Amino acid sequence: MKDRVIGQSVPKYDAGPKASGLLQYADDFTLPGMLYGKVFRAKVQAAILLGVRTERAEQLPGVHAVITAKDVPNNNLRARFGQSTDVGGQFEGLYRVLAEKEVRYYGEPIALVAAESPDLAEQACQLIEVDLQPLPGVFDSVGAMEPGSRQVGEKPNNIASHFKIRQGDVDQGFAQADVIVEGTYRVPYQDHAYLEPESGLAWSDDDGTINIRVSSQVIEHFREVAEILNLPHSKVRYLGTWIGGGFGRKEDITVESYLALLAWKTRKPVKLTYTRAESLLYHCKRHPFQMEYKTGATKDGKLVALQARLISDCGAYSALSPWVLLYATVNAAGPYQIPNVKVDSYAVMTNTAITSAFRGFGAPQANFAYESQIQKLAHILGLDPLEFRERNYLQTGEAFATGWIYERPIPLTELAQKAWSGLGPLGSAEGGRKLGRGVAIGMGSYGRLTFLHDTSRSYIKLELDGSAIIRCGVPDVGGGQGHILCQIVAQELGVPLERIKLHITDSQLTPLAGTTTATRQLMMSGNATLKAANELKKRLLIKAGQLLNVPIENLIITLNRIEVESSRKEGVSLVEVINRLSGEGEELFVEAQFNAPFTDIPASEVLQGQTHPDFTFGAYAAEVEVDEQTGQVQINKIVAAFDVGKALNPAIVEGQIEGGCIQGVGYALFEDMAIHNGVIQTPSFAEYLIPTAVDVPDITVILLESGSGVGPYGAKGIGEPPMVGIAPALVNAIEDAVGVRIADLPVTPEKIRMAIAQKPEGKR
Amino acid sequence: MDQLTESMITIFLNDQPFQAVAGASESLLDFLRHRALATEVKCGCGRGDCGTCAVLFDGRMVKSCLVLAAQANGKRVYTIRGLGRDALMANLQDSFIQHGAIQCGFCTPGMLMAAYNLLRIKPTPTRSEIRQGIAGNLCRCTGYQKIIDAIAAVAGKTAFVSEAADSLDSPNPTATDQEKAKAGYLLLGGG
Repeated sequence: MKDRVIGQSVPKYDAGPKASGLLQYADDFTLPGMLYGKVFRAKVQAAILLGVRTERAEQLPGVHAVITAKDVPNNNLRARFGQSTDVGGQFEGLYRVLAEKEVRYYGEPIALVAAESPDLAEQACQLIEVDLQPLPGVFDSVGAMEPGSRQVGEKPNNIASHFKIRQGDVDQGFAQADVIVEGTYRVPYQDHAYLEPESGLAWSDDDGTINIRVSSQVIEHFREVAEILNLPHSKVRYLGTWIGGGFGRKEDITVESYLALLAWKTRKPVKLTYTRAESLLYHCKRHPFQMEYKTGATKDGKLVALQARLISDCGAYSALSPWVLLYATVNAAGPYQIPNVKVDSYAVMTNTAITSAFRGFGAPQANFAYESQIQKLAHILGLDPLEFRERNYLQTGEAFATGWIYERPIPLTELAQKAWSGLGPLGSAEGGRKLGRGVAIGMGSYGRLTFLHDTSRSYIKLELDGSAIIRCGVPDVGGGQGHILCQIVAQELGVPLERIKLHITDSQLTPLAGTTTATRQLMMSGNATLKAANELKKRLLIKAGQLLNVPIENLIITLNRIEVESSRKEGVSLVEVINRLSGEGEELFVEAQFNAPFTDIPASEVLQGQTHPDFTFGAYAAEVEVDEQTGQVQINKIVAAFDVGKALNPAIVEGQIEGGCIQGVGYALFEDMAIHNGVIQTPSFAEYLIPTAVDVPDITVILLESGSGVGPYGAKGIGEPPMVGIAPALVNAIEDAVGVRIADLPVTPEKIRMAIAQKPEGKR
Repeated sequence: MDQLTESMITIFLNDQPFQAVAGASESLLDFLRHRALATEVKCGCGRGDCGTCAVLFDGRMVKSCLVLAAQANGKRVYTIRGLGRDALMANLQDSFIQHGAIQCGFCTPGMLMAAYNLLRIKPTPTRSEIRQGIAGNLCRCTGYQKIIDAIAAVAGKTAFVSEAADSLDSPNPTATDQEKAKAGYLLLGGG
């Protein structure tokens, strides 16, 4: 059934229920006798925790449980973030459920309360007293690296993780260079700011099994929660809900360990939903990075050397910081052919909010630095920025800075040219504002690190009436992660989309599909579902071949039917084939597993060879108007061009690019998280400004389909890559407009105004 | 019931009377979600910044977190579930579905309400006016583009829009079906 469903922008499985208001998110569920959970948090950045007194809270009528660290069976865990492969200490963060002995950051959870109403839970929290002996806080990640800095965590120094790239000899490389540019770039914290705050509802079964209905990107955390409670893995079950936005934050455990503890202690259902302020103040953020770059090129425009030192602030616990750092390191030189590369990267602990996964996962940070450097080199060399890039793009068969030889297409020349020409004729600026244009490219990985030995499983059952059931433990964050499995089944098995029932995210009843992170689900669960569908298809075709007396190579599956390709009138209904097989005792169900490409665990902190299954490449071009008097930036147009391999549902693919682009616009221009001595000062959307509909322009999306992806039908992943490239494109456009180049994101009007004021006379 | 801190509130929720006790400082949002179990009204911030809790209240769109439950006593409140049979809302819902305007969907009920409100006031808005019309509703997934496309597609083709506006502004929530029909109510579909 060639391209009947695949490649079509059919509405998503979940779109109707969402439009009607019938779809239930985590906070929409209730149970009789339900209690309300609340987290009591530290109001100090760093202190010795001498004691917690909970008696007054416990005595408040209507309070059913107050839990502190001493009540938690296993309060200190080595977090393994859902994977089943043990990859060693470099990658494992200490994960503490509740503070004990010390407080490391403002807002660190100290106690949990369950009470009969949210107000009572709040009152109980106010009755909890803590004895603290304040410690001097460590707030500057660069300073925290120095010997003698106070130790934030349990390691002998504050460097949680360190990676290197060593390619060629940078000293020799810089000696060959005619031009060397250096720059220090700073990128900020960013809040995920999904619209659905963290939420869940947990209850204990008759046999003591803890059930957790929760908005989570990783239902495999049931294992970690079981370990916290000292229960067998089989006695904790996740029932994931459709997720009201994740962007990486719902990759780490959010509320579920607290819920599990409270439900376990009270044997009653407990709900816990964060307020927006709790979400903004206390949940983890995108890592801020300081990036020192030195890049050299010859006068004929060939890059010869790149040296970079990346420092990320990982906050008070390492969480996913080592992984994010690894991604940033792999991305540090970008998709360029540079013979000599030296990168040193560090994740540094401070007494600040935890930083962890966020769309792009280290790649947007490095991209802003390497693309800024490229732009500066092009200016100095007097080369057109696109042409300079074209002389240096990595080509198929060449090696990334890690030494991994890449055999797939890298169509960056075409992508960047299409994005640039897509801007069309130059507009005219209004009111004396200055017009400018910029372009930048980027790459983003999809699939988890290959040494994690990633797998996914999916189950399909064909019913006797020709309808189908899919079971796959795939969390859906809104990107069509669940829906696309239906499209694959419809394509391969001829089942109409409306006759497919999809079950997702039950950690005990749906086959485990792994995390909805790392832009992996289309590749992983898409391939697992395609594999299952192909096995069923083969069985259907064999039976149909017998019934029609035709070799199976001549048969095709069409809607509800199996037909002879050369004579379409000849055929048999799917229902008949299914019933014949069923009558012979052959039920039509398959559970299939897909394994990602595997590599060995890195032997040292020097990253070498393949680290990811693949990369997605893209380019952005933007036109802006800048008011020189106020520094205000208005974006007139954005063009995005991405090689998506194959767009299985173009509307979904465009939606990922448009949404990722605008999240990147927020990162580049608006989202300014104020942190003073480790305390976040932006507790609402009135202070922390994410883009609204009037802040952003229309985006033209250009899809290139090279068919070269690792996903089903040659698709590449597109969830995270659109976050990469937009920030440098905008900064380049602003520089084109007013002649100032900002190296610290976000590029606020104040920064532009200050830079214009400091610009030497005579320079544009 | 503590007379000082609580009162009995009756609202006409999606044309059905609903009565419950509400706290003096309880928001209409909490009343709708926790008392009436109208969970299609979402809480994204609880302080008027995000728009996920938008409902039609007394003929106007409001962020229900900024209205007290007590203010709604005797008033008519529509959520998107109550407007499912309204031709304009049904068109908008279908257009959102067809245009891929729904990703995580958490902003969708409020966004649909903002779109509905906009088209009632301004049946043929420009793209820029559509952006203005939904500027009080945050979406973190879509970049707004497909939402705007979806609204623009409906804007051109609904001649009945202004009539729908009149019907919902009808001041008498206890009107009989006959009276409602007279007032042009049953654009809502006959019920």
